[in-house]
Amino acid sequence: MAQTKVIVGLGSCGIAAGAGKVYEELQRIKEADNLDFELKKTSCIGMCFKEPLVEIIDETGSYLYGEVDSKKADEIIEKHIVNFTPVKEYIVKSDTTDTKFDSYFEGQVKIALRNCGYIDPENIEEYEARGGYQAIKKIAGEKIGVQEVIKSILDSGLRGRGGGGFPTGLKWKFANNNRSKEKYLICNADEGDPGAFMDRSVLEGDPHSVLEGMIIGAYAIGASDGVIYCRAEYPLAIKRLNIAIGQAREKGYLGKDILGIEGFDFDLYIKEGAGAFVCGEETALIASVEGERGMPRKRPPFPAVSGLWRKPTNINNVETYANIPWIITNGAKEYAKYGTEKSKGTKVFALTGKIKNGGLVEVPMGITIKDIIYKLGGGIIDDKKFKAVQLGGPSGGCIPEYLSHTIVDYDSVNATGAIMGSGGMVVMDETTCMVDIARFFLEFTCKESCGKCTFCRVGTKRMLEILTRITEGEGREGDIEKLEELAYQIKDGSLCGLGQTAPNPVLTTIKYFRDEYEAHIRDKKCPALNCKKLLTYEIIEDKCTGCMVCKRGCPTKAISGEKKMPHFIDQSLCIKCGDCFSKCKFDSIKIY
Amino acid sequence: MRVTRINQKESAVKTEAKVDLKLLEPLIKKYKSKKGNLIPLLQGTQNLFGYIPPEAMMMLSRETGLKISDMYGVATFYAQFRLNPVGKHIIKVCHGTACHVQNAKVVTEDLQNFLEVKDGETTPDNIFTLETVACLGCCSLAPVMMIGDETYGKLNGKKAVEVIKEIKRKETLNQKKSLTENISKN
Ligand SMILES: Cc1cc2nc3c(=O)[nH]c(=O)nc-3n(C[C@H](O)[C@H](O)[C@H](O)COP(=O)(O)O)c2cc1C
Ligand code: SF4
Ligand code: SF4
Ligand code: FES
Ligand code: FES
Repeated sequence: MAQTKVIVGLGSCGIAAGAGKVYEELQRIKEADNLDFELKKTSCIGMCFKEPLVEIIDETGSYLYGEVDSKKADEIIEKHIVNFTPVKEYIVKSDTTDTKFDSYFEGQVKIALRNCGYIDPENIEEYEARGGYQAIKKIAGEKIGVQEVIKSILDSGLRGRGGGGFPTGLKWKFANNNRSKEKYLICNADEGDPGAFMDRSVLEGDPHSVLEGMIIGAYAIGASDGVIYCRAEYPLAIKRLNIAIGQAREKGYLGKDILGIEGFDFDLYIKEGAGAFVCGEETALIASVEGERGMPRKRPPFPAVSGLWRKPTNINNVETYANIPWIITNGAKEYAKYGTEKSKGTKVFALTGKIKNGGLVEVPMGITIKDIIYKLGGGIIDDKKFKAVQLGGPSGGCIPEYLSHTIVDYDSVNATGAIMGSGGMVVMDETTCMVDIARFFLEFTCKESCGKCTFCRVGTKRMLEILTRITEGEGREGDIEKLEELAYQIKDGSLCGLGQTAPNPVLTTIKYFRDEYEAHIRDKKCPALNCKKLLTYEIIEDKCTGCMVCKRGCPTKAISGEKKMPHFIDQSLCIKCGDCFSKCKFDSIKIY
Repeated sequence: MRVTRINQKESAVKTEAKVDLKLLEPLIKKYKSKKGNLIPLLQGTQNLFGYIPPEAMMMLSRETGLKISDMYGVATFYAQFRLNPVGKHIIKVCHGTACHVQNAKVVTEDLQNFLEVKDGETTPDNIFTLETVACLGCCSLAPVMMIGDETYGKLNGKKAVEVIKEIKRKETLNQKKSLTENISKN
């Protein structure tokens, strides 16, 4: 009889939700009661909204328990392990019964995330047991030539998952064409889009898939040195990568004459980023690896010609590399089966914001945004009205509800004015103010501009000032036009992608939510009731019990009224701090 | 612009302890004359002292031949580097997109009110430094903050303040303990 396994999801987000304590508790009971099960670790399975997750695999099947805390863990062990009766109400996924979350997995196709949540990322053997390092072994064993590998990647139609969507095979071909003896291969793990975390999940959950992808890439372009440029904010990813690199060296996947392929030497190291969004841009990243300020350089020359230390360099994103071994093992055709004509394969999205089932999903290109949000994501929190979805982070844009039939592929998303980006999908409901969102992104890009180009440096600042004014009720007629004018100037006058795309969040919100801008500017009102300075607080006379709580708390003494009598707010004194609203126990203060 | 990140004002907190430059020696040995060593050297220095003291920068320059101006340029470019000492606990409140739409603003505001510091500042007792960061990668738990290695999710202002209060309680307890220990030793 196979031993029962109890597996705890210990990704960053699981640990944040308390999975570490659950693991300790399970270990404690196991030892205290001398129970016969194997306690194991894994990483993110994508159901982040149900963290902490514990999976039990016994001879009857697999049972994934959600929102487990130490107490529930005790109960689950007691009932499931000791008495062989699964605790139905906590099960969120199982191959034996249906749960109400099954729709979250329907329609998902896991290629990049194929092992995430299924293996212990710190154990190379578990990766190998699920077909890991088979791709590079296949190349070595069948003596597949470099050109053939590149052709496979070309034929698969894989496009860069870091945002640009450049065909990966083509990139490799350029880098391969260069006859330089010294070449570099870089993995971009800087994941700068605030609201996207798929790269982190892949690195934490399946680091070997990225390493194998890089090894194959190095073989294809003829690189002998690799660098993984990883955000310093991802300590767990860095730790697991280091473990993985050590194991891969030990097993001879890294080093000299790898797997007996004569002359194929490759090794790599991790370079920790130091917190600059612009370093996600490839030339800035290279400058940063070289120890300089991360300022983008002029292209051409492209990195494929002159990159790190002026040598030919190939840069790909984490998710891009994670796809590679699968493509080599299963064939380009198999990969190209998924997706649309110009966007093949699958894409991982980080579903966040006002969404019920927030987490990581991997879907074939071509699925509609609506399906992702409603079928997989389960709809909007509290069933509020869905307003828009933000794609592509600070370089992207907001797609309004009425365009939610848009399919996700590079061209369709671009047509809306947003971009696919790295796959952050932030869902917004009626309480999200679109002017404020635009302001939020501009604040981000303004802070993150490297300062090299005047239009990016000064232009974003001017735009931010205008947007801030509008959200504070100081908007003027003509502001929208001024924003648009600045936007096009910044797009034209910026060297790198940061500046060129920085105005996108503003342009798309103006395009789709112009009425909201106008309400702020003309009526001095925020329809989403989000911009504080534009709100009016009023006491509803009929509801007010005269408890005096609001009066006592008001910092400007704007509230008057006798005990047990309806109170009144003097609008000229009110500074809209919201204190009275949050303190009133009788819901007798309305905001409009 | 990234330059605005430098705290222009002299920090209210003065370095009391002298910086023990000896600690830098292994770091220098490891990275001396390696290509692209500037950032790892600064990162290592900050790991040792919690910030990059001017003395350390001078020593690095003397020992490795790197220019102070280059070091200063890099240190002020990247958000990670600090040129001023920080509190014992750094509170990093996430203001990434997912946290922003889930009202991270309120978390920061309530913490500011409770600690009576502004963003980027350190409390007078040197226990807390308040910072905002962009995305900690736990967006599904938004809004999120991180203190040390601990991440706290699904916050609101009140919960965040509770967490801080708890840490503060422990800190004062520790202080009392070490005080009484010192007294009993004497
Ligand atoms: C401002 C800016 C930030 C970027 N940030 C990232 C990032 O965080 N991660 C990433 O993989 N690519 C990022 N990119 C895209 C990279 O420049 C590059 O195109 C990508 O790493 C190439 O890999 P791919 O072809 O596999 O997508 C960024 C680009 C710009 C202009
Ligand atoms: S566009 Fe902006 S971030 Fe890019 S190089 Fe110019 S100033 Fe720097
Ligand atoms: S919102 Fe603030 S200032 Fe205005 S009445 Fe209420 S408590 Fe007073
Ligand atoms: S399930 Fe934990 S990070 Fe996704
Ligand atoms: S946006 Fe806050 S953790 Fe990602």
